[in-house]
Amino acid sequence: MLVDRINQAARKVPTWAVYIVYLIPVPVLLYMAQTGGLGREPINALERELGEIALQLVIIGLCISPLRRFIGVNLIKFRRTIGVLAFTYVVLHLLVWAVLDVQSIDRVVADIIKRPYITIGMAAFILMLPLALTSNNTSVKWLGAVWRRLHLLTYPVAILSGVHFVWLSKGFQLEPLVYLTVILALLALRVPTLVRKVAT
Amino acid sequence: MAHRWKNTLTRADATPLAAYMNRRQIMAGAMGLGLIGAAGMARSQEAELEPNSWEDITQYNNFYEFGTGKSDPARNAHTLTTEPWTVAIDGLVDNPGDYSMGQIMEAMTIEERIYRFRCVEAWSMVIPWNGFELADLLNLAGVQEGAKYVAFETALRPDEMPGVRFPVLDWPYVEGLRLDEAMHPLTMMATGIYGKPIPNQNGAPIRLVVPWKYGFKSIKSIVRITVTEDEPPTSWNKANGREYGFYSNVNPEVDHPRWSQASERMVGGGLFAKRQPTLMFNGYEEDVASLYDGMDLRANF
Repeated sequence: MLVDRINQAARKVPTWAVYIVYLIPVPVLLYMAQTGGLGREPINALERELGEIALQLVIIGLCISPLRRFIGVNLIKFRRTIGVLAFTYVVLHLLVWAVLDVQSIDRVVADIIKRPYITIGMAAFILMLPLALTSNNTSVKWLGAVWRRLHLLTYPVAILSGVHFVWLSKGFQLEPLVYLTVILALLALRVPTLVRKVAT
Repeated sequence: MAHRWKNTLTRADATPLAAYMNRRQIMAGAMGLGLIGAAGMARSQEAELEPNSWEDITQYNNFYEFGTGKSDPARNAHTLTTEPWTVAIDGLVDNPGDYSMGQIMEAMTIEERIYRFRCVEAWSMVIPWNGFELADLLNLAGVQEGAKYVAFETALRPDEMPGVRFPVLDWPYVEGLRLDEAMHPLTMMATGIYGKPIPNQNGAPIRLVVPWKYGFKSIKSIVRITVTEDEPPTSWNKANGREYGFYSNVNPEVDHPRWSQASERMVGGGLFAKRQPTLMFNGYEEDVASLYDGMDLRANF
């Protein structure tokens, strides 16, 4: 069975390998930005690439439990890794935006207050903070059931990130809508379980 | 009539294509030798403005008919057939009809204009355009009594334009100007950049350039010009009227609902390019502010 083979292979892959593979784009993108590989205006391009990778990681993270429930593929051990990587890319995205793009604290604050798409992007980042802080083994052990409930914050984070992308686009563009649709579909898969849990 | 408007950016600022790479060094050398006198320093702010490189101008474009990515037009626009090309001029004109590019070029005197170009997305360039004043073309067609606006339309060719398969905008792209804006000596029709024929991604073979308005007003690859009595619809206004007005004059005091227009970033400055303040009417306030006397620029954004 393919599923068994995937599960066996996954058991052999250490989580640190996922970190390494998924952090390769960081130096590659920085190099490209410096050498013209990201086009004539690399700041926006870099900001956008980092944000898009973060969003993809959020989506990958949301795929893990449905993969186990519906197909039997067990990648649970990578879920926290994916989450930490998503947070890492969000931080880089935020840094490029604030330092290289906006270039002033006043304007950063003004943008967060005045621009709704930035406000919700920032809200997603703030909701991610407790998740990142409790992503270590000690927290998982200490918080127990609370940890699991706390990490349901991933759902609003995913929705806010998807809306953030749709909202910042000019005109009627396909790509951000595809991202948001995928996120909403992955969350919809969880509705029956959540309803059952609330009911009991 | 050519040469009605004198550029504050002079020929010295439009460096021959082959030499622009060396321009900084030459300038630095000239400064060091004290060759730039008081007259030169008087417009020192202008002298600092340097046209963007050919690569900046031709590889970083918004031309959604060829894709929404900034490098999509440079990659995809080669499919656009620009020969033969005719521009239909109709509406309230004495000589309506299809004007071939050959006819137009024969009737017009091509001159160079170095203009600032400010995109609504808060990036900017300085571009050495070649072309002629729109007024000359409109006079050739003969604008009739009662005309108040000029409408423009971009070619719509699904076979040549991969971007029009998806309704990012309501194709074809349309734009418009008030007649006095269209007749203003700053308003030009560009057919070249850096003395070379204008590349497809920049709006070949003929495009509008209105330097005091956000870039999207400067419609590309024009196939129709209609002189009208009523304000014509414009693409971005149709797509999102709250964000894009008919006038769309560059104004650092009126923000786009989703971002500030107070500053801009010059393309080509790399990863650490500093933002610079955006100028009222993109630096052409002296030339065009009178067009809007008594008008609430916040309401008529």
